[in-house]
Amino acid sequence: MGWKMRKQTGAGGGNDIQWCFSQVKGAVDDDVAEADIISTVEFNHSGELLATGDKGGRVVIFQQEQENKTQSHSRGEYNVYSTFQSHEPEFDYLKSLEIEEKINKIRWLPQKNAAQFLLSTNDKTIKLWKISERDKRPEGYNLKEEDGRYRDPTTVTTLRVPVFRPMDLMVEASPRRIFANAHTYHINSISINSDYETYLSADDLRINLWHLEITDRSFNIVDIKPANMEELTEVITAAEFHPNSCSTFVYSSSKGTIRLCDMRASALCDRHSKLFEEPEDPSNRSFFSEIISSISDVKFSHSGRYMMTRDYLSVKIWDLNMENRPVETYQVHEYLRSKLCSLYENDCIFDKFECCWNGSDSIVMTGSYNNFFRMFDRNSKRDITLEASRENNKPRTVLKPRKVCASGKRKKDEISVDSLDFNKKILHTAWHPKENIIAVATTNNLYIFQDKMN
Amino acid sequence: MGEEEGLHQTQFLDTMFVRGLKRKCFDGEEDIEGTLAGIKAIPSYNLQRQSLLDMSLVKLQLCHMLVEPNLCRSVLIANTVRQIQEEMTQDGTWQMINTQSTGQASLDRLVSTDILCRSSRDQAEGKHVPAYGTFNKDFESDQAQDSSETMSTAPSVQAPRNLQSNAWEMENPQENKGNFQKSLDQIFETLENKSPNSVEDLFSEVDNSYYDLDTMLTGMMSNTKMGHCDSLETFSTPTNTASNSNCKSDLNDLDHIVEILVES
Repeated sequence: MGWKMRKQTGAGGGNDIQWCFSQVKGAVDDDVAEADIISTVEFNHSGELLATGDKGGRVVIFQQEQENKTQSHSRGEYNVYSTFQSHEPEFDYLKSLEIEEKINKIRWLPQKNAAQFLLSTNDKTIKLWKISERDKRPEGYNLKEEDGRYRDPTTVTTLRVPVFRPMDLMVEASPRRIFANAHTYHINSISINSDYETYLSADDLRINLWHLEITDRSFNIVDIKPANMEELTEVITAAEFHPNSCSTFVYSSSKGTIRLCDMRASALCDRHSKLFEEPEDPSNRSFFSEIISSISDVKFSHSGRYMMTRDYLSVKIWDLNMENRPVETYQVHEYLRSKLCSLYENDCIFDKFECCWNGSDSIVMTGSYNNFFRMFDRNSKRDITLEASRENNKPRTVLKPRKVCASGKRKKDEISVDSLDFNKKILHTAWHPKENIIAVATTNNLYIFQDKMN
Repeated sequence: MGEEEGLHQTQFLDTMFVRGLKRKCFDGEEDIEGTLAGIKAIPSYNLQRQSLLDMSLVKLQLCHMLVEPNLCRSVLIANTVRQIQEEMTQDGTWQMINTQSTGQASLDRLVSTDILCRSSRDQAEGKHVPAYGTFNKDFESDQAQDSSETMSTAPSVQAPRNLQSNAWEMENPQENKGNFQKSLDQIFETLENKSPNSVEDLFSEVDNSYYDLDTMLTGMMSNTKMGHCDSLETFSTPTNTASNSNCKSDLNDLDHIVEILVES
């Protein structure tokens, strides 16, 4: 916080952001290869790099081009910077189960030197990757030919000093640490501490604390596994470190609660410092109440004062100082409340949507179905629904707001609830830390939108 | 046109579950007429709850069969099942025989049979749905004789088959509940202790017809346009024509038995 944002706060009509299509990445055809399904999207701390992970275990990193001074009306495009296979499918012989290579989360480390570092995780193993550039190479060895073959020493008549000559940029990714064998259940979150030395990884029942340098040991800081698995009624769904306080973290549960823990209190943080839970609305009670209250994502604001949670139908903003209810609640797709049984039937009710803050914490964004995504301006209380579709893919075309008609007469340009495509879901979105640039992932495509620059 | 019907049905399924515990008290003639007239229109709350229970148990089964079950999803479904079970225990529908007037009782059974029919098709195709209420058990024991070789023997969810074969005896609701609870617990135990043996057991008795159901259900899940949520419809798609006719003949048998029971 601190940098001025153009058109960030929609205090009046003139200040509203107009979102334009910028780019789309991925295959064009409708036949989606399973391995290409995008499973995570994350900007790095400067926003220059954008990483995606997919179901096939690959990581693709895009880099923003340096701004072109002549083309002042558009920001740099994102182009492929590096692609590598992060995780491979594995087989757990003890349990006779396959371990999916799908990348569940990517988190960037802040840049300390020329190289970039990120953590990527699948269900069981976390890896620290170093991404470095090479644009020079030494030439003129004495004992080796240019192609690497060794020279016959007897043919060496003079000595020379090898020099660096420029070469085509090569981006290399190498695994520097592998953090394995610490999770019995599926990892759903990783979060880097503000000390930049430790990080946490959370699975369904446990949270572990790691040191980035140490791979053979981790500390268990939360364990909600009951002694008798038959008594299991609640799982951990997401966890995150506080952005400023290195001893504070939160984790959310399938029952709609968020617990804030302080690692200074005890080694095993089974007793929370704060419990955030909104009392249930009795008029909305149904057999699906618990399922839709399950929190799929939790994110601290950049300031650290608030946190946002996403459950099936809504986004809630919590003030860390108030535990008994959220300070703001935004309905993402309330029209689905009357369709819960069908959504339970086709399993859509278990979809885990993520959410994100903009750089100044004034706007929050989350995805929905039919390739729609929603933004809520916390100051103006206005919201907008936009669609990620190849139909709008002319650069600098302003996106038209979309509207879903819940019932009754459908107006022109509205889409009725029953026409929504529930196969087209936007689960992963990311907002550039400084600019109004957003990355929105459909099933196998990555859309980049930015605000209209005049 | 199938879509229309499916949409129609799910709309009503959805309406019933929209708000709160808006239960229709089963309080007499008007309700019967209501359900009679609109058997396809507005099913009773009990029927809806029952179908939700069916659906949930199938889901639990299915996710148990998958390579690595999603624990969060399993827990949420299991909690839903427990919730329904608790409510059913509280309002007494967990009991074996409906103690209300015979007219209502027979209607109840007729309506439930519809659901059972689909359940029994599951069984014929190798899916195993545990007995948990009214006369499911009885139906099961019929089916057991007919298609024992196609019954999947998933050890995780045991039917209370150890109960008396004479299903018309007044069953102790506690026992029913206990067996059911045991089934849930077994699911979690097996989720927890996935030893190679148990996995082998799971797959040893599965025959091809199971995969048909699986494909059907997968097809249903991937074809998630609204209005296509016709899992009940899907179950009734005859992949096994033999089971179809089995069901019909059993239905007649059941009617016969009911007639005898109510001494009409």
